[in-house]
Amino acid sequence: MIIFWVLVLAGAGVPLLAFLGGGRRGARLFLLLNFLVLIACVLMAVQVATHGIIRAGGDEFRVDAFSLLLALVNSTVGFSIAWFSHSYFPKEVRHHGLSAGQQKLYHSMFQLFLFTMLLAVLSNNMGILWVALEGATLSSVLLVSLMRKPQGLEAAWKYFILCGVGLAMALLGTVLLYFAAEPALGAGSDALLWSQLHAHSAALNSGVLTIAFIFVLVGFGTKVGLAPLHSWLPDAHAAGPSSASAALSALLLNVALYAILRFKSLLSGPVAGPFAAHLLMGFGLLTLLLAAFSMFRQQDVKRLFAYSSMEHMALITFAFGLGGPLAVFAGMLHMLGHSLAKSSVFFATGQASQEAGTQDISALNGLLHSRPVLGWSVLLSVLAILGMPPGSLFFSEILILASAVQQSWQTLPFLLLGLGTVFAAIYPRLQGMLLAPANSLPHRQSGVGGLLPVFFQISLVVILGVAIPGQIELWLHDVAGIVQ
Amino acid sequence: MIMHSILAHSAIISPMLRFLAAWMLVLSFALLAQRRLLSLIRLLAWQGVTLAVGTALVGQLTGDPILWVSAVLTLSIKGILMPYVLHYLLRRLQVRGDVEMALNVPSTQLLGILLVVFAFSIAAPLDGYLPAATHGMLGIALAAFLLSFLMMITRRKAISQIVGFLAMDNALFFAATSATLGMPLIVELGIALDTLIGLVVIGVFFFQIRDTFDSLDLHYLEHIREDK
Repeated sequence: MIIFWVLVLAGAGVPLLAFLGGGRRGARLFLLLNFLVLIACVLMAVQVATHGIIRAGGDEFRVDAFSLLLALVNSTVGFSIAWFSHSYFPKEVRHHGLSAGQQKLYHSMFQLFLFTMLLAVLSNNMGILWVALEGATLSSVLLVSLMRKPQGLEAAWKYFILCGVGLAMALLGTVLLYFAAEPALGAGSDALLWSQLHAHSAALNSGVLTIAFIFVLVGFGTKVGLAPLHSWLPDAHAAGPSSASAALSALLLNVALYAILRFKSLLSGPVAGPFAAHLLMGFGLLTLLLAAFSMFRQQDVKRLFAYSSMEHMALITFAFGLGGPLAVFAGMLHMLGHSLAKSSVFFATGQASQEAGTQDISALNGLLHSRPVLGWSVLLSVLAILGMPPGSLFFSEILILASAVQQSWQTLPFLLLGLGTVFAAIYPRLQGMLLAPANSLPHRQSGVGGLLPVFFQISLVVILGVAIPGQIELWLHDVAGIVQ
Repeated sequence: MIMHSILAHSAIISPMLRFLAAWMLVLSFALLAQRRLLSLIRLLAWQGVTLAVGTALVGQLTGDPILWVSAVLTLSIKGILMPYVLHYLLRRLQVRGDVEMALNVPSTQLLGILLVVFAFSIAAPLDGYLPAATHGMLGIALAAFLLSFLMMITRRKAISQIVGFLAMDNALFFAATSATLGMPLIVELGIALDTLIGLVVIGVFFFQIRDTFDSLDLHYLEHIREDK
């Protein structure tokens, strides 16, 4: 029942905001809706904690530890985004002269995006998972192009076409999955239910499944930002409003990887299983190195952190490829930490570049002196994303490295090279942004209320790092049983 | 008795299905060769109609009422609504009628033939698992998919890229119909809903591009560089 509440609250917001989404009222309604969704998700977590796996609508919706953790992080970040957007978006409206219609478009498309992200993880149906990810692409395209700057339109077009092709391949993969499942499970909707497929995975034709997995990996991998089809990611992050960049990094990439992992868990054979794991590891390493070395050239602060998202997703993909209880635990913890920290980075740098009127890193200077609260939020969030203790990303990175040493030591040099390069690329820029003498006063000073989510989320990251709640730890352990 | 009627059906229906599959491939090649935007949209509509007829035939073959629903959905969305919206956009945005290509027609056609051979070689091992009525059709669907992809990457105008994209979608549906005799209803409905949202997004988006650049030519969209 509670599953329906989550989806109904999130889904009803779309038409509501399409009509009432303009101006201050729209921003408040958006905030209220996402607060309610967050409460519903927390209630759902309580139910899962007491009853275990919960189901709804026959078997169409199903919440286990894996989907619950992602639903929790989706709704937490969703609420933070709504809070940040409440103070951030009206200034963008003034600056770019957006009409009331465009404001409604922004709020309703954003809500549609958040709805699809929840639908994707709560649905038990692999077909609906695809439908939700396609819906997420369509709704976020208009967020990227919202400002109507040539750059935004170009980024949105690239995003639309590349992810469209990727999703078409993923659909082909889903069709092939159904094709493999039909002889074992019979025709009809049951044959695409993940719980059914997982229970009968030994009976599925592993040759067909392997081909299906390749299509799904390349297809949804496009959305995760895995090389070589990643080029939409930095452009889309840089061009859209910062609230949208936060949403892409913190929600979309995770959920796309979630889809790949749900597929992978169905490949159980002695040949197919390791093959899929090696593919994940290979794509992960390649993307990690590519993203790390691309960072040096970046002048645009949001592009820089978009590449950092690629790097973190690559690391997570690698961890899930390694497999084993420790690596999966670390990968899942890294997913949660990255979502919370990276959305904070986009909130902080988003406000900084809004005030300075530019996204050029060299123009963002001396924040710690001129704008202490903003400076501290940039500092804390970027340190968290760099994997500094006591944030949870430190511990998850150590665990990933440790399991790499245990299971596949040859990969260790590449991992260390990638992580070291990332640090060398980001840390000097951070110093410049915070400490270099301010060369010009920021154009538009704005309040710091919008930055509250940064401190809230960074505290969560620290809690996940030093004093992880027992229940969350249990769920993290459960994930290993689900994706294996 | 029932057995007999299915046999009688499939004796008539499978050749018809195979004919439709061949027709689908012909349409894909025609899309690849066609230079005029209006004709491209017309060819896309024909693909949608072919797909709907194919789905209906498979529905007749298996006696599954869900496939009839799917056929009606396909006809109304892919055969009628989508071409109509594209045609409307073409008129409203006053796009010039000719398409500039990145590669000339004969070379793309030759490349297309190679893709067809490739598609059949991928699909051949899967053929054994296919229902008897649809043998060989997965290869054609895959070929149509690759041809649409080729068309998409060799065109410069936003509308023709979208046509290529939608043709790719059609090919995928053809694959779903021939390989698995259709997807579950709930998934079909979800995909149809996505297509509707997609049409709205494409519409809004085209107007944004046109208002910003006074053109739908994608030359204007090639300026983002890594290091400014």
